[in-house]
Amino acid sequence: MITFDRVSKRYPEGHDALREVSFSIKPDEMVFVTGHSGAGKSTLLKLIMLIERPSRGQIIVNGQNLKGLNARKTPQLRRDIGVVFQNHQLLFDRSIFDNVALPLLIAGYQHREIGRRVRAALDKVGLLERERDMPVTLSGGEQQRVGIARAVVNKPRLLLADEPTGNLDPALSAEIMQLFAHFNQVGVTVLVASHDLALISRMPHRIITLRGGRLITGTGEG
Amino acid sequence: MKRRSKTATAPREGASQSRTGWRDRLRSWFLHHRLSAVDSLRRLLTSPFSSLLTWMVIGIALALPVGMAVALDNARSLSSGWDSPAQVSLFLRSEMSSEAARRLEEVVRQREDVAATRFVSREDALKEFQQLSGFADVLRHLDDNPLPNLIVVSPSAARLSAESARTLQTELAAQPGVERAILDMEWVQRLNSLMQLSRCLVTALGALLALGVLLVIGNTIRLAIENRREEIVIIKLVGGSDAFVRRPFLYTGLWYGLGGALISWAAVSLTLWWLRQPLSALALLYQSNFSLQGLGPVGGLQLLALGGSLGLFGAWLAVARHLKAIQPG
Ligand SMILES: Nc1ncnc2c1ncn2[C@@H]1O[C@H](COP(=O)(O)OP(=O)(O)O)[C@@H](O)[C@H]1O
Ligand SMILES: [Mg+2]
Repeated sequence: MITFDRVSKRYPEGHDALREVSFSIKPDEMVFVTGHSGAGKSTLLKLIMLIERPSRGQIIVNGQNLKGLNARKTPQLRRDIGVVFQNHQLLFDRSIFDNVALPLLIAGYQHREIGRRVRAALDKVGLLERERDMPVTLSGGEQQRVGIARAVVNKPRLLLADEPTGNLDPALSAEIMQLFAHFNQVGVTVLVASHDLALISRMPHRIITLRGGRLITGTGEG
Repeated sequence: MKRRSKTATAPREGASQSRTGWRDRLRSWFLHHRLSAVDSLRRLLTSPFSSLLTWMVIGIALALPVGMAVALDNARSLSSGWDSPAQVSLFLRSEMSSEAARRLEEVVRQREDVAATRFVSREDALKEFQQLSGFADVLRHLDDNPLPNLIVVSPSAARLSAESARTLQTELAAQPGVERAILDMEWVQRLNSLMQLSRCLVTALGALLALGVLLVIGNTIRLAIENRREEIVIIKLVGGSDAFVRRPFLYTGLWYGLGGALISWAAVSLTLWWLRQPLSALALLYQSNFSLQGLGPVGGLQLLALGGSLGLFGAWLAVARHLKAIQPG
């Protein structure tokens, strides 16, 4: 599903965020990326989303070599990937329903189909009764779950999350991780970046560890 | 192994977007257009004061050249009635007696380049003037009739050209007892060239104000883009194309342009309505059946089209300049 082949990323003004990183993630797998702050976790996810481009190396996502994707084809790639980012979360001037419906609107679904899918996604994260509410009325954990519902509403085969438990307490964090594990069980490839080693080491999934932009464990069997 | 072969076919499926056929995609394209149109209008109406302000600015900027163009059109239709036939008005010296004036008229009428003459005595002229103008009282208080005797000369058909009419004018001016000979065609021509000049000025002014409208709309859209930066980032992150992101802003520009055009239409129509009464009184004074022509439905629709395109174009400029710079990161 995802293959990194000796990928390096150097930001224009910074030092190397990733150095010669190689790993591969199979379909249906759930993998954590961990490491200290500044290790390059977010950069790794941004490369998959084509938010950033690698300085060297090859990335293959969903069978597509990202090198061959120009800016015009980027939206199509992103539609097939669900993302949960710590910042860039919800639109606070729209209802929860409209927030979750956004990817479907972009993908061009019909009205009725949108309603059906949004409710199914909200049901999965346990917020079905709140669809008409505004995001400000939700707690932090609930907002994060709306973000997850939006990420999975289009039934992507790949789900990415960057620090999805960033500012949640341990119990809520565990709940959110369970949610990701649940999506993984129904066939979604999941890649979660998290520095919360205490939490993720308790889960039975592969862990890729970055340090200073280098991959030190979890290359995977390929 | 089985899974692997499944993934190998996956990209093709994703690339061809087999989930939705072209019919569905067309329908959803319309759906999003409608959604963007309604949503952007709703956004404008939720901040009615600032939207109205922008609409007013655009409306006034459009109303100025449009109103002037309407005025020019009226002036042209008014003057076209005077274009022909040419006339020479002979104003006679005041010391000339009415009998002498009649004799002069007879002489002029005999000329082969003159088709007809009409004698307007100073008494007739005064009476007519008293009736028509509101100056009856003032005129009654004058001891002396200030108006001269007048002979109105119509050239024969062969002499209607500007050049021969001018020859006639100079010859008649040389007649004894003639104070001045005025060729009416002259001022019609002068009016025409004046109107041509005004038309150029209105066009230049219109172009300038249209540019102003473009800048106003462009700047307003730029602010709207800035205000919705976060939303744009999220839309791009979940796979919204540039066209998808652009659409609501283009509609916003369209609404600004259309609203401004509506306001200018109303402003021009209101001004014309306001002028109608005094103008028809004035027209009566000049014995003309002139009536003021407004924009009309066609002109109004043209104005709406103009406003709409200016709005769309202004928004397009802003979007092309500022939307690219907003990327997730
Ligand atoms: N847009 C950027 N421009 C320059 N340097 C950046 C940018 N984003 C991240 N970096 C740098 O790259 C390194 C890795 O950052 P990041 O991928 O955000 O790490 P993590 O998510 O693991 O905390 C850091 O040293 C960071 O300062
Ligand atoms: Mg990070």
